[in-house]
Amino acid sequence: MHMADALISPVVGGIMLINTAGVAVYSIKKIKNDMDEKKVPLMGVMGAFVFVAQMINFSIPGTGSSGHIGGGMLLAILLGPYAGFLTMASILFIQALFFGDGGLLAYGCNLFNLGFCTCFIAYPLIYKWIICKGAESKRIFRASMFSALIGLQMGAFSVVIETFISGKTELTFGTFLLMMQSIHLAIGLVEGVVTATIITFIWRARPEIIEKAAIGEALGNIYIKKVLIGILIAVVMVGGLLSWFASKNPDGLEWSIGKNSGTTEVKAQDEIYNTLQEIQSKTVFLPDYSFKINEGATQAENAWPSINSGTSISGIVGGTLTLTLATFIGLVIRWGKRKSS
Amino acid sequence: MQSIINSLYNMRSLDELAKKESLIHSLHPLVKLLTTFIYLSVVVSFGRYEIGGLLHLIFYPILIFSLAELPVVPILKRILYAQSFIIGICILNPLFDQHTIILGGIVISRGWITFLSIFIKGGLTAAASILLIATTGIDRLAVALRMLKIPRIFVLQLLLTYRYITVMIEEVSRMVRAYSLRAPGQKGIQRSVWGSFAGQLILRTFDRSQRVYQSMILRGFTGEYNTGAVAKVNFKDFAYLAGWSLFFIIGRIFNIPMFIGILVIGVIK
Repeated sequence: MHMADALISPVVGGIMLINTAGVAVYSIKKIKNDMDEKKVPLMGVMGAFVFVAQMINFSIPGTGSSGHIGGGMLLAILLGPYAGFLTMASILFIQALFFGDGGLLAYGCNLFNLGFCTCFIAYPLIYKWIICKGAESKRIFRASMFSALIGLQMGAFSVVIETFISGKTELTFGTFLLMMQSIHLAIGLVEGVVTATIITFIWRARPEIIEKAAIGEALGNIYIKKVLIGILIAVVMVGGLLSWFASKNPDGLEWSIGKNSGTTEVKAQDEIYNTLQEIQSKTVFLPDYSFKINEGATQAENAWPSINSGTSISGIVGGTLTLTLATFIGLVIRWGKRKSS
Repeated sequence: MQSIINSLYNMRSLDELAKKESLIHSLHPLVKLLTTFIYLSVVVSFGRYEIGGLLHLIFYPILIFSLAELPVVPILKRILYAQSFIIGICILNPLFDQHTIILGGIVISRGWITFLSIFIKGGLTAAASILLIATTGIDRLAVALRMLKIPRIFVLQLLLTYRYITVMIEEVSRMVRAYSLRAPGQKGIQRSVWGSFAGQLILRTFDRSQRVYQSMILRGFTGEYNTGAVAKVNFKDFAYLAGWSLFFIIGRIFNIPMFIGILVIGVIK
């Protein structure tokens, strides 16, 4: 579920970083105002717990396989949404750095998918909604199960949106959506039941923990409104500013210019391109270094960017040499260091 | 069980690596963090069909590996492990994009190009993050975060989480070992004890955090996590940041491997 840097574009990564940083600042402000400072070490230790709990395998009855929990909803229920979100933030940061699990640039996306969706959408809208009629064992079980399941589904949906807008994979929106939602439905069911079982256990053993987390942190209407406005702004920003990235063409700007400009201008561009190509073929060391492109590719609707329109032997030779050179320099430095020590 | 112990080993080994003394280790953490971000932005800014233009970016991890004297194989393994999600999503690219191109006389699906491009980018970005922590360490990185005005409470909580991960891993591995000895041959924790197994651990975690808090207060904790004095950014640091940034940007504008290729083939001819 962790998105890697390679799957997002810098703009999507940047916008999501700014968005989640805003939510983090808001959460910090909230916990400073209405919680005792004992929660800071509690957040630290709970963060460590969730990190480790992700490694515990729970056997799934009737399947012969086992799964683990993500823990976002567990944190929200036990610590409240603000502290839960911040704790998730530090877990994801450590995972990105130490395990390369999710990237630093994709950090905002991951925090949104795994932290925001659970703590600020599923928790107030599902968990609190079910619990508001009064806390009792069965209701707590239902509330934690559905909120964990829906939180994960929303996270998976966000992954699809972010990947799609970034335009890095070939998967069509529908296929990817169907794939992610169905896989995460199965994962979410396990996550939901495990989370619910754990929360019910804690409710029976130490009910004050769950009550404490809920007191004073219920998201009243005003807060939900703020959250929804925030989401709306984010959606408009992402949708409006970045819609061209969703196009099949790798260079969205070029594509939109091509679409919007008149035929003459396009023709003029072609002429300039042809002239430049002529000049280039006369000046390069190896005039016929380009491969012939397959007919199918030229007729393709998608514009094939320059590097591949004639994947050249020079590119292959240059690429191999660059790699060799880099490795060689690395080895020489290592050898030199070993000798000097 | 094995994965729990492996994680403990992995984290400790990165801590050990961060304590080394080398040119890269001695650089200011803020400079390394900023360089990493610039690098990541440049790597992911390449289009999905571009491979050639990306290749010069491999100089960065290779030079860091060499100058910081880091072990290649364990870090490489970790990078490959991190690639699993990328492989899962992009392995279908060749099926979805069936336009073909001829490369060196061989007809291949264009989807393979996009797959390879994302795979390389995934490797480079994962390497950059892991190398940052392996040459900086979490404490010094926290200093850099504070210099970037990341709120104190977040940095403090990050450091506490990190510190307690090793403690919790030890605790969980003891519990899992005890469970597996009593229930041999079982795959995972059984349904009947899901709640009590993790629940007991949470209850103990809560009690532990209270003890941690009390001992912190007794030792004069005032809300500030002291990481010791950190040197100012000097000329060497600035040169490092400027040098790499220039290299990344030039490489982004000009296709360096292509230039090398054209030059070499021209000379041969």
